[in-house]
Amino acid sequence: MREIKTEVITKAIRDLCIEANCQLPDDISQVFDKMLLEETFPIAKDTLKILSENARLAKENHSPICQDTGMACVFMTIGQDVHIIGGSLEEAIHEGVRQGYDEGYLRKSVVSEPMFDRVNTKDNTPALIYYDIVEGDRLDITVAPKGFGSENMCQIKMLKPSDGVEGVKEFVLKVIRDAGPNACPPMVIGVGIGGSFDKVALLSKKAMLRSVGSHHTDARYQALEKELLEMVNATGIGPAGYGGKTTALSLNIETYPTHIAGMPVAVSICCHVARHKGVSL
Amino acid sequence: MIRLTTPLTIDKVKALKAGDQVLLSGTIYTGRDAAHKRLVELVKQGKKLPFDPKDQIIYYVGPTPAKPGQVFGSGGPTTSGRMDAYAPTMLSLGLRGMIGKGYRNEAVKEAMHTYTGVYFGAIGGAGAYISQCVKQAKVIAFDDLGAEAIRELDVKDFPLTVVIDCEGNDLYEIGKKEYLGEKV
Repeated sequence: MREIKTEVITKAIRDLCIEANCQLPDDISQVFDKMLLEETFPIAKDTLKILSENARLAKENHSPICQDTGMACVFMTIGQDVHIIGGSLEEAIHEGVRQGYDEGYLRKSVVSEPMFDRVNTKDNTPALIYYDIVEGDRLDITVAPKGFGSENMCQIKMLKPSDGVEGVKEFVLKVIRDAGPNACPPMVIGVGIGGSFDKVALLSKKAMLRSVGSHHTDARYQALEKELLEMVNATGIGPAGYGGKTTALSLNIETYPTHIAGMPVAVSICCHVARHKGVSL
Repeated sequence: MIRLTTPLTIDKVKALKAGDQVLLSGTIYTGRDAAHKRLVELVKQGKKLPFDPKDQIIYYVGPTPAKPGQVFGSGGPTTSGRMDAYAPTMLSLGLRGMIGKGYRNEAVKEAMHTYTGVYFGAIGGAGAYISQCVKQAKVIAFDDLGAEAIRELDVKDFPLTVVIDCEGNDLYEIGKKEYLGEKV
């Protein structure tokens, strides 16, 4: 049994909230620079240059890349031989978010209640928390604050098995066209296929957070990742939706076994900021 | 590149075409969903607004808190479609420009045509960059809304693109077609 104190978790989450909001992930930064070189449409190139300068400024000044510093989504992967001491784990996570958003000058964007009151909680809590229990004695934390410009454009559809791969392609393209300029292209796209209504949404989010250039283990899905990204970048939507090639920086697929009667598909979209940062304790 | 200064008069709006790139300087106002809801309620009650919208521009933004020594936090545009329900009322009061990102509905486009308004796009995600264009900022109404309060901003060379002009031309359609080599 390895002991980890809640105060260590709080501190880690505080730091991850700030870092994820002020610094582009390395993989995103690399693919962004590559696509900036490849982009030929003038207004698209100008837009990408401003975004590139924006990322440089944010990193240098430790300022948020974007004003929407998101709702904090926290993935906790906990080894079954870890013993958490020093109080409530859940409260330790919320406290980390509270400190990060306060001390990092991040925007507080959470309302206490979704429909009637909509009063800002003023400390960006509660976080959205997912727990996975795995073998071992490590505790891995990923903080992925999600902005809602792109979150509002995510979609899910319960396809029929007979819709097949064509049905998936059609749906993904529909979602991207619907999203267009609203999702702040260039986008980072995650597609989930399989599982159930709830599982497929999470799969798509995990796909979105998977590193750029990583691939599905099945060669058929690898080919589909490539083909879908090419299709998205042939829509002409372009950076900021003003036209161009660079509509998406990456597209990953995650899959899971499903029921004989169904083929759920979900598409998660993030803007180029793709806020996520992880640590292993 | 077109240099524009506020107030934005009808003549200036009529000269703008979808796709024009603009550097905007002068005074503008911020407002998102919650502030718009209150503004439109004030209009319904026949009360005075915190600022006269005639020939002015509203920027759809909710900035991050300014750090010590900073005038304005990161502040890129939010999705404009959420303001579609309120924009025609504001345009009818003489509001001349809106800055945001994303699609607008037909009712807004019609109101822009009727009252001569323009919709500018700022680059979504360029919050830190845009912050540098803001030289002064002060809250003038609805302080309790925090990031969503109405602020008066003094901006210099704020980079914008005309997305929808007062004739209804829409860069989100035109730009895509031009890139794809289709007939515009």
